[in-house]
Amino acid sequence: MSAKSHLHNDTPLLEVKNLETAFSIDGTYYNAVDNVSFRVKPRQIVGIVGESGCGKSVMSLSVMQLLPKGIGKIRNGEILFDGVHLENMTDSEINKIRGKDIAMIFQEPMTSLNPVFSIGFQLQEVLFNHMKISKKEARLKSIALLKSVGISRPEKIVDEYPHQLSGGMRQRVMIAIAIACQPKLLIADEPTTALDVTVQAQILELLKEIQEVNDMSVILITHDLGVVAEMCDEVIVMYAGKIAERTDVDSLFHNPKHPYTQLLMGAIPKMDEEVETLSTIKGIVPSLKNMPKTGCKFAARCPKAMPECLTITPQLAENEEGHEVACLLYETSRPKTEVNA
Amino acid sequence: MNTEHKNTAVLKKDKSNNEMLLEVKNLKTYYPIKGGILRRTVAVVKAVDDVSFEIRKGETLGLVGESGCGKSTAGRTILRLLEPTEGQIIFDGQDITNVRGTSLRKIRQDFQMVFQDPYASLNPMMMVGHLVSEPIRNYNNKSEKELKPEVLDLLAKVGLPEDAYYKYPHEFSGGQRQRIGIARALALRPKLIIADEPVSALDVSVQSQVLNLLKELQDEFDLTFLFIAHDLSVVKHMSDRIGVMYLGGLVEVADKDSIYAEPLHPYTQALISAIPEPDPRKKKERIILEGDVPSPIDPPKGCTFHPRCAHAMPECQSVKPELREVKPGHRVACHLYK
Ligand SMILES: Nc1ncnc2c1ncn2[C@@H]1O[C@H](COP(=O)(O)OP(=O)(O)OP(=O)(O)O)[C@@H](O)[C@H]1O
Ligand SMILES: Nc1ncnc2c1ncn2[C@@H]1O[C@H](COP(=O)(O)OP(=O)(O)OP(=O)(O)O)[C@@H](O)[C@H]1O
Ligand code: SF4
Ligand code: SF4
Ligand SMILES: [Mg+2]
Ligand SMILES: [Mg+2]
Repeated sequence: MSAKSHLHNDTPLLEVKNLETAFSIDGTYYNAVDNVSFRVKPRQIVGIVGESGCGKSVMSLSVMQLLPKGIGKIRNGEILFDGVHLENMTDSEINKIRGKDIAMIFQEPMTSLNPVFSIGFQLQEVLFNHMKISKKEARLKSIALLKSVGISRPEKIVDEYPHQLSGGMRQRVMIAIAIACQPKLLIADEPTTALDVTVQAQILELLKEIQEVNDMSVILITHDLGVVAEMCDEVIVMYAGKIAERTDVDSLFHNPKHPYTQLLMGAIPKMDEEVETLSTIKGIVPSLKNMPKTGCKFAARCPKAMPECLTITPQLAENEEGHEVACLLYETSRPKTEVNA
Repeated sequence: MNTEHKNTAVLKKDKSNNEMLLEVKNLKTYYPIKGGILRRTVAVVKAVDDVSFEIRKGETLGLVGESGCGKSTAGRTILRLLEPTEGQIIFDGQDITNVRGTSLRKIRQDFQMVFQDPYASLNPMMMVGHLVSEPIRNYNNKSEKELKPEVLDLLAKVGLPEDAYYKYPHEFSGGQRQRIGIARALALRPKLIIADEPVSALDVSVQSQVLNLLKELQDEFDLTFLFIAHDLSVVKHMSDRIGVMYLGGLVEVADKDSIYAEPLHPYTQALISAIPEPDPRKKKERIILEGDVPSPIDPPKGCTFHPRCAHAMPECQSVKPELREVKPGHRVACHLYK
């Protein structure tokens, strides 16, 4: 792994190019991630949002090479981490990176922590995998890590088991495990969805602090636009396995371009605004088998759909500097007037 | 706290003079914890501990609070699905705390529940037509065939197509299943609906459909709601007044604008400040609470919030603050307000 790439801020830490990930259903493969490209720069927090089933988790599992064997596979594309290709790595090669340079935390800390092992054991396991340290050092480092994620009485908690901890504490332990080897990239898949708001606030604050101290990049997957607004630098909006829009967080909220993004924004009740009816999106995300084969995948639900949306597939393209959108309303050959109609 | 609160003078029907539909007085619901070989009660979970509130006809009272604070227990006790340990429940002028048998059955027609998980609450073996007509058939001898026009009408009201009648729950999306649950709840034309986290399992786009539907139906059927959720922005959107619960107790009740613009209880203040604002230009002052919610088996003495409260005073450790009105229509249980 080369260190020099960090000298240039613009060199991406992670670069995903034309990624296609497919699942086998009744013997046929269907794309769950369909030609997706994006970059994550060092120290950047990139949010991925979208409705349930739009491919957020599959994308992160693809990066981590954690797709279920025999069912899911990367069909096409490249995943470059710090300049190194991940997509064709053998298990032993990827194991050296996973948990060390790239770490992941999941939504449900109970299912990702092993109930039969103590907290300390699970922390030390990661440390032993990637570092040459003694048992004693590992224990001390585990305690220090628990302390760093805000767990009080870490000397005691280190010997306890997952069920003895609250949901918020378990998520802190997951974060401690994830940052044990100071990863360069943390992928957090709905890290606070199962938590109460006051606990969520604690965990988000912690994540932000660690990100700053460790100079870490983060991919934050969430369906909560409030969390995105608070945490992210850049945001990717996914729909049906594709990127619908990608931009910095301020333009996403104040200048959303894709009809899907606009509707998502209007669907959330806001604390400081009174509206009688919220905006809705008719229909649901199509399942992999029922994905439209041609045209824009959002067409059936889009209030601005035009006849050509059923036949022409919109391409993700820069509309304003740093603001990409995949929608025929913005493809250059069209008159601009239609856009704000 | 956010001071930019827009003065939204939306003309709303004032419900503060409507007749009372539900009054809950000093309600307590304790769960026994059994232990030992003799299965004796070794401790109790004080899930709802001395809660009082009222709901007027046509009003929506929102109930918020963190996981385990007793929201569902309160809702289920009011519906008499759980036995109250102490206190009084008065529904439409009648004390229903101890009614049983046929009288309870009769009253049950008047209130219904909508649950969080629409899948788990619908029998997967039953067709939608059957599911929606079931509550009606429980109360009269009409056949499914006789009831079909009524059921189709209900399906239309909740925005489901006619052919849903012959389908099974698994053939529907989460949002559609929630609509089935709502149609079922409406079947007996209840006066009160207790909606327990009705949209928590849904995507925002679908959540907004269901919230809009509930509001429309409230107008059309003159419904009164107890709306339980942990998402304060959803609760604010739906409710006229909001009650905030902490560790089995009601710590603050007020109309929704006051709760948001002027939360008085330190816990309510923390809760509101913790909500992530969907606008990156608004950076709010955040109150980060220390520690976890204590156990309801052995709640702290005095004010149950004192171990986590930044304003705690000596008396907070020993004297339990009463829920008192400190401004018209604004009640709070905290020693800071005397
Ligand atoms: N193991 C699998 N086998 C078959 N299909 C799968 C599998 N995992 C995911 N899928 C499908 O891939 C699509 C994308 O799923 P994914 O889990 O990435 O969605 P998501 O955006 O993470 O949704 P959520 O917000 O619910 O977590 C969905 O249609 C899903 O049904
Ligand atoms: N059947 C039961 N036996 C014993 N304790 C129970 C039982 N049901 C709930 N409790 C406890 O009572 C308390 C209140 O639970 P309740 O389900 O009413 O909370 P809630 O506010 O609805 O939480 P959530 O937001 O998680 O649904 C919790 O401490 C819970 O663990
Ligand atoms: S391409 Fe057409 S259908 Fe797709 S989002 Fe744009 S306007 Fe809507
Ligand atoms: S009574 Fe005391 S401890 Fe309780 S909320 Fe008020 S100030 Fe805080
Ligand atoms: Mg997911
Ligand atoms: Mg509940």
